[in-house]
Amino acid sequence: MVNADQIRSFLAEVSDPEIPVLTITDLGVVQQIYLNNDAWIVELTPTYSGCPAMQQIEVDLLAKLKEKGIHNAKVKHILSPAWTTDWISEEGRQKLRMYGIAPPVNEPDKGVLFADGPKVACPKCTSKDTRMVSLFGSTACKAHYQCNVCLEPFDYFKCLK
Amino acid sequence: MMQEAALFEYILRLSDDSLILGQRLGEWCGHGPILEEDIAITNIALDLIGQAISLYDFAATLEGQGRNHDQLAYLRYENEYKNALLVEQPNGDFAMTIVRQFFFDAFRLPLWEALMQSPIEQIAAIAAKSVKETRYHLKHSSEWVVRLGDGTEESHQRAQDAIDHLWRYTNELFYENAHDHSLHAAGLVPKLEIIQAKWNQTVKDILAEATLSVPAHNWKFEGGREGRHSEHMGYILSDLQYMQRAYPNMEW
Repeated sequence: MVNADQIRSFLAEVSDPEIPVLTITDLGVVQQIYLNNDAWIVELTPTYSGCPAMQQIEVDLLAKLKEKGIHNAKVKHILSPAWTTDWISEEGRQKLRMYGIAPPVNEPDKGVLFADGPKVACPKCTSKDTRMVSLFGSTACKAHYQCNVCLEPFDYFKCLK
Repeated sequence: MMQEAALFEYILRLSDDSLILGQRLGEWCGHGPILEEDIAITNIALDLIGQAISLYDFAATLEGQGRNHDQLAYLRYENEYKNALLVEQPNGDFAMTIVRQFFFDAFRLPLWEALMQSPIEQIAAIAAKSVKETRYHLKHSSEWVVRLGDGTEESHQRAQDAIDHLWRYTNELFYENAHDHSLHAAGLVPKLEIIQAKWNQTVKDILAEATLSVPAHNWKFEGGREGRHSEHMGYILSDLQYMQRAYPNMEW
């Protein structure tokens, strides 16, 4: 009989549909996995409330478990505790960088008004001389940056705490 | 039982504000003045609609009538929507959209912060989730209010016109009735006068920085919280509800 750790390892094969370089376990959205009345419950926390990837993640996750012979799994969406970028694994951060997305720097954005964006290293040339172009990027979780040195435009995975 | 009805109405106001403003912002999709803003505004719309889903789910469990979030969002009559008049106002020009958003964000942020302390677990969880998103929204809208106000003569005038026009709808954000008093007495939700004091401060500070004036007039338009809406609401609902009305119970 399969156990929760094995299920978690299967979920490490499910990628985020919008950032396919990350798996859902890298992303830190998988919480408790437990058996309840003969059904495996997999708890997921959304990254952003309206993140459209969450539904696709659920479909992909159930398909992966079926492929592994687990037909009695269900997804439970939970809001608390709220997801934070701190839950992205070290390996996940490395993968993001390699993919050209700057991972979240571990400082929450300062004050509300005209706070400079955090100092983000360019994923291409590693310079910290970069600037925020827009607080909102290609998905809800990203901001749009540009490197002042090599001019590379890049996505920054916003720090959410 | 009384309290559940009061709470249901309270949650509907939160979710209807999010849904209707999200729908309004969605109208900008493909029409933003610059690409970055097109993306920013639709991202904010997405956050708001996501928050509305969580809130309607909770409202549905409070109501206990077996309705789901789609039925609450798409199958009520106009007078059953409890959103404030502010959020249903037309997008107008970019300044109008930004000022409307700023007035709303400056209200929502302190409200979520206070609701995080609610003893009702689901409300506290939704607030804790949403507060992080709303911080980004307020940062975005405040920056634009300053940029427009302290920008060119044209952008300053348009921002001031938007403020003068929308000011009459802001007071309603702090509307309370007997239901709210019962929720305060039970310590479930914050008194809105506390939120209003914070709102006043944020608005005063940002408008000063933006070289814009707080309007002297004090006209107050109210009705949305009681289901009496402006003429704009019907047009929004006909767009919003079209699919569910044409194809009842459809899902995708």
